Amino acid sequence: MELLPNVTMNHYLLVSVILFVIGVAGILFRRNAIIMFMCVELMLNAVNITLVAFSKVWGQSDAQVFVFFIMVVAAAEVAVGLAILMMLYRNMHTTSTDVLDKLKW
Amino acid sequence: MEKLVSLIPVFPLVGFLYIIFLGKGLSKNTIGAIGSGAIFLAFITSILVFTTQLHGANPTIVKVIDWITTPKFDIDISFIVDPLSTIYLLFITGVGFLIHVYSIGYMHEDEGFNRFIAYLNLFVFFMLILVLGDSYAMMFVGWEGVGVCSFMLIGFWYKDMANNDAAKKAFIINRIGDLGLILGMCMIFFHTGTLRYDDLFISESAASGLHGWDLHLAAIFLFIGAMGKSAQIPLHTWLPDAMAGPTPVSALIHAATMVTAGIYMVARSSAIFSASDVASDVVMWAGILTAILGATIALTQNDIKKVLAYSTVSQLGLMFTALGMGAYSIAVFHVITHAFFKALLFLGSGSVIHAMGGEQDIRRMGGLKSHLPITHITFLIGTIAISGIPPLAGFFSKDQIIAVAFEENMIMFVLASVVSALTAFYMFRLYFLTFRGSFRGTHEQEHHLHESPKVMTIPLIVLAVLSIFGGFMGFPHAVGHAMHVPHWLDHFLENTVEMEVLDMSVGTESILMILATVIALISMYIAYTKYMKNGELALEDDEITSSTHQTLASKYYIDELYEKIIRRPVDAIAQFARNVVEPKIIDELVKQVSLIPSGLGSVAKAAQNGKLVMYVLAMIAGLIILLSTLI
Repeated sequence: MELLPNVTMNHYLLVSVILFVIGVAGILFRRNAIIMFMCVELMLNAVNITLVAFSKVWGQSDAQVFVFFIMVVAAAEVAVGLAILMMLYRNMHTTSTDVLDKLKW
Repeated sequence: MEKLVSLIPVFPLVGFLYIIFLGKGLSKNTIGAIGSGAIFLAFITSILVFTTQLHGANPTIVKVIDWITTPKFDIDISFIVDPLSTIYLLFITGVGFLIHVYSIGYMHEDEGFNRFIAYLNLFVFFMLILVLGDSYAMMFVGWEGVGVCSFMLIGFWYKDMANNDAAKKAFIINRIGDLGLILGMCMIFFHTGTLRYDDLFISESAASGLHGWDLHLAAIFLFIGAMGKSAQIPLHTWLPDAMAGPTPVSALIHAATMVTAGIYMVARSSAIFSASDVASDVVMWAGILTAILGATIALTQNDIKKVLAYSTVSQLGLMFTALGMGAYSIAVFHVITHAFFKALLFLGSGSVIHAMGGEQDIRRMGGLKSHLPITHITFLIGTIAISGIPPLAGFFSKDQIIAVAFEENMIMFVLASVVSALTAFYMFRLYFLTFRGSFRGTHEQEHHLHESPKVMTIPLIVLAVLSIFGGFMGFPHAVGHAMHVPHWLDHFLENTVEMEVLDMSVGTESILMILATVIALISMYIAYTKYMKNGELALEDDEITSSTHQTLASKYYIDELYEKIIRRPVDAIAQFARNVVEPKIIDELVKQVSLIPSGLGSVAKAAQNGKLVMYVLAMIAGLIILLSTLI
């Protein structure tokens, strides 16, 4: 796959950074655990974009393999995480992290 | 033939293991047969080994396996076959076998029967290791092993707390003696570099590396070990209490075999002791004091087994007196005859206790002669033997101790004669009060009286025969020479222990023998008039008025003294540690130290507040700092 004309490496990185920052901001400013969870996924995918872009530029496939691993792990993580959130909601009737702060000293 | 010696300890060990692990479903008779059979096999093997020595074979060391091998310290598990060890072998397994057989009858109703026979087997195993070991290290293994078995058997009826206390007392007092033995062994090792008898005494005589005060101290430390095991002043207090164990145990361990281990050890180390006049004097004086103390206390005791226990203490004292005077073979002679008649007396008392349904107080007995004919006759033989009336066993051995004392030291002669007179008196007091007169127990007990079964009376008969004829193995020197009867035992032990050659005329020796006999007969007559003719009885506790009697009945207040000078201070220290050191010092220190982490923790715990946002913020901040340092 050729890069599109006028689209350089920097553009990919820019998209990635934008997505990543959105993710970080989401985690920082939202209190809903599900939204925060989605933001984590967003950050993961931002990284995936970078990896694929670099893989293309350098002509090496290692990074792409990495991406598959990340996707698999993310999928597993979603399965576990959502299950936890389900149970939390059933017991606490909320998914707000302001309320869910019992796990401390 | 000597190789067979390594089998001897194996029999009782196998017997022990078999009964403990596979004996559960077997009947009591089978267990008894296995237990006594193991000892019987050991006895037969012992005879075979003994005969080689009898025919003049050289002392041999039979090596089984390496034990500790380092360049400087080399100990094998190996056995020594020489006259001293084989003669001990014979009476340990012989008397041990008879007592095993007796136990089958005596303990038949006991629920712990299997355990009892197994412990007895284990005891015999360790006792054999003790006398067969070819070094002090091996002896120490047996020494500790018999101590443990003694502990388990004194506390055999562990449901009664008093028995456990007696067992602990025996064990703890023995520890003090063991410390002495260890120190003695260390001294010998540091000065000679070996613990093997072979190197020390026989082939290379490495014992000459010890001299002066090192030698005296080493010998005295060894003797402290003997004090603990053989119940000499000041470590004698455990033996009378050890009577809490079943009677066969008292007979086997606390009269015939284990308590004579101290004499074995001193006789084995005779080269060391005879070179040290200081240590020999210590042994002699400790021995004679113990003999007098034991004999005087025995005058007032009313418990049949306690009388015999103090009698044992006293006889052991006499043996040590003989050792201290250098008469090692005569001490061993007295050990052997004593094993015969004291085992007989203890087993006889067991038969009496059995018949009386557990009663041990001679004030509640009397007139048992007609009810227990065999026990009566055998007990009488034992009494005559221990009193030193010829021609029974005790006469020969005790008379020779007195004869040596006559040669060596007049004070010892007088004191030993007094002990001998007291012995005859208290033994006949015991005999008259138990078997003669009229029955003083309850009606129920009288109805219950019965002679013991054959399995118990046959060992009594065999021991009685041995008590009658056992003395002839050591016929007095001068008189024997005139009559062409050799002192067999002295000849047999000649090359093994240091010898005291008595240079005594036939006349002197005969006079001493007659004197000893007369003394014994007079004491017997006094006991007869006092307890038989005048029908005087032992005093009840609240009737004791004279202060001498009170002192004797309280055993010279030695237990009370130990209570005051040892137990109380130790207790006070322990209380101090518990009430002050533990809560005020140790606990406080720990609390102070614990403040450091908890103080640090209270600072750091602010960071973990459970707010997810804070964590994420910290992570991102950390990441930014990290990346900025990279760029």
